[in-house]
Amino acid sequence: MSAEAVFQIKNLNSFYGAKQILKNVSLNIPPKAVTALMGPSGCGKSTLIRCLNRMNDLVLTFRHEGHIIYNGTDLYAPVVDVTEMRREIGMVFQKPNPFPKSIFENIAYGLRIQGVKDREYLSGVVEESLKRGALWEEVKDRLTDSALSLSGGQQQRLCIARALAVKPKVILFDEPCSALDPMATAKIEELILELKKNYTIAIVTHNTAQAARVSDFTAFLFMGDLIEFESTGKMFTAPKDHRTEAYLTGKFG
Amino acid sequence: MTKNQWSKINDRIFQVVGLSATFFGLAVLAALLIDVFTDGFGRLSWQFITSYPSRKPEQAGILAAWVGTVWVMLTTALFAIPIGIGSGIYLEEYARKNRMTNFIEINIANLAGVPSIIYGLLGLAIFARAMKLDRGVITGGMTLGLLVLPIIILSTREALRAVPSSIREASLALGATKWQTVRYQVLPAALANIMTGIILAMSRAIGETAPLIAIGALTYIPFLPTSPVSVSKSAPFVNFSLQGFLDPFTVLPIQVFNWVSRPQKGFLINAAAGIIVLLVITLFMNAIAIYIRQKNQKRW
Repeated sequence: MSAEAVFQIKNLNSFYGAKQILKNVSLNIPPKAVTALMGPSGCGKSTLIRCLNRMNDLVLTFRHEGHIIYNGTDLYAPVVDVTEMRREIGMVFQKPNPFPKSIFENIAYGLRIQGVKDREYLSGVVEESLKRGALWEEVKDRLTDSALSLSGGQQQRLCIARALAVKPKVILFDEPCSALDPMATAKIEELILELKKNYTIAIVTHNTAQAARVSDFTAFLFMGDLIEFESTGKMFTAPKDHRTEAYLTGKFG
Repeated sequence: MTKNQWSKINDRIFQVVGLSATFFGLAVLAALLIDVFTDGFGRLSWQFITSYPSRKPEQAGILAAWVGTVWVMLTTALFAIPIGIGSGIYLEEYARKNRMTNFIEINIANLAGVPSIIYGLLGLAIFARAMKLDRGVITGGMTLGLLVLPIIILSTREALRAVPSSIREASLALGATKWQTVRYQVLPAALANIMTGIILAMSRAIGETAPLIAIGALTYIPFLPTSPVSVSKSAPFVNFSLQGFLDPFTVLPIQVFNWVSRPQKGFLINAAAGIIVLLVITLFMNAIAIYIRQKNQKRW
């Protein structure tokens, strides 16, 4: 698995100011599968996923040690064009964050900033992306409506479709269902299972049941340490570490 | 009496004090308005708006003053809006949080509180004297521009800060550059609030008198600044000119100030009428600002 890993995380330490968040984390994320980053609040799982598309660059006090190799290149190498890289590595956030614009413009934005102007091509991509995001049937008659008129679950699927529109290879989900009700959550999870056929997916969750439902591999993080990384089936039936077991059985977290 | 009864009485007392404080302010304002309107309302007429100042109060008008106000406001806007929004964007979105930025921020906040006459002296020294622009429209406009610049910068920053960071993250995660994110997402989302700030800043500038007197704006102007566009009978038929920006000017508050200081009753009536015009313009601008703000109550 390590040879073909999309991300090879090697001895990653990360800090916000003087506070260390991740402690010597090493982990390989395999292609076309769902890898869950699981753990209680404050374990560093969000920090870790935000390293994978360098979203942490926005935090002035952030710094890191170690390497993240993405398809052979060091993500933090000076030659890496961050904007180009982020087109390949899309992200869906904790709270749905559609732009205060129409549904159509939300999806088209990623292409517009790349200079695409051809209206027909844009329409094609918008339709295709919304279909892949399992939202097309619900919004096809009102593409010019404000994205803010959609329900929370629809907004989150819109954000997924928006990420798909720029043709990424990887999609990072940072607790995508934490602001949604169970029905909307089920739809997103269904969608994630569908998407893993074509995309490499990493998902942050504190919800063990969600990790069990959607992921092929699970990394359990606790207080900045990677405690265990296993195929999800193995970890949930026979956890090696007592802390993993305690978390899975609901003793804390 | 029990403690509970005391706090009820205290509560009541505070209500009465608060209410009377509010009404005191409103009553004074009402008295002023009634006074101005009874004096000046009858003087408002087409003749008043289209006449130059005169030695005879009944022939005098505010033409030069309101046209001068329009010219100066235009200059102020052209000068202060791009610089103000630009500085606001830089400080809020780009500047690193270091000592230099801190120093700039503190100074801008301080500038917002500097008495307006100081800006007048600054304008006199820099624009009128050092840059040799003399006492024309452009000197007045840029001086008032300096005066409102801190207000525009602060309100722009406020407006940008009100845009949730999730919008910035969404844009950056799609591969947008920082500038694209600011230009296509943050700025449009903040625009209504920025506009509100600008209009309020301009309505502050429109009533300023002291800085313009300091730079030596004239009080008696029987002509208008050169029109930027004029038509002639021979080629090239349409002429464009920037001369108007260098022409001397007066503005409404100066005209009012000038009339108030005259002994004749007729000029006092003119002053009241001038104040009404100025009030209407200011209230109109504030109304637009409130309208924009109400209409764009953000929903995220």
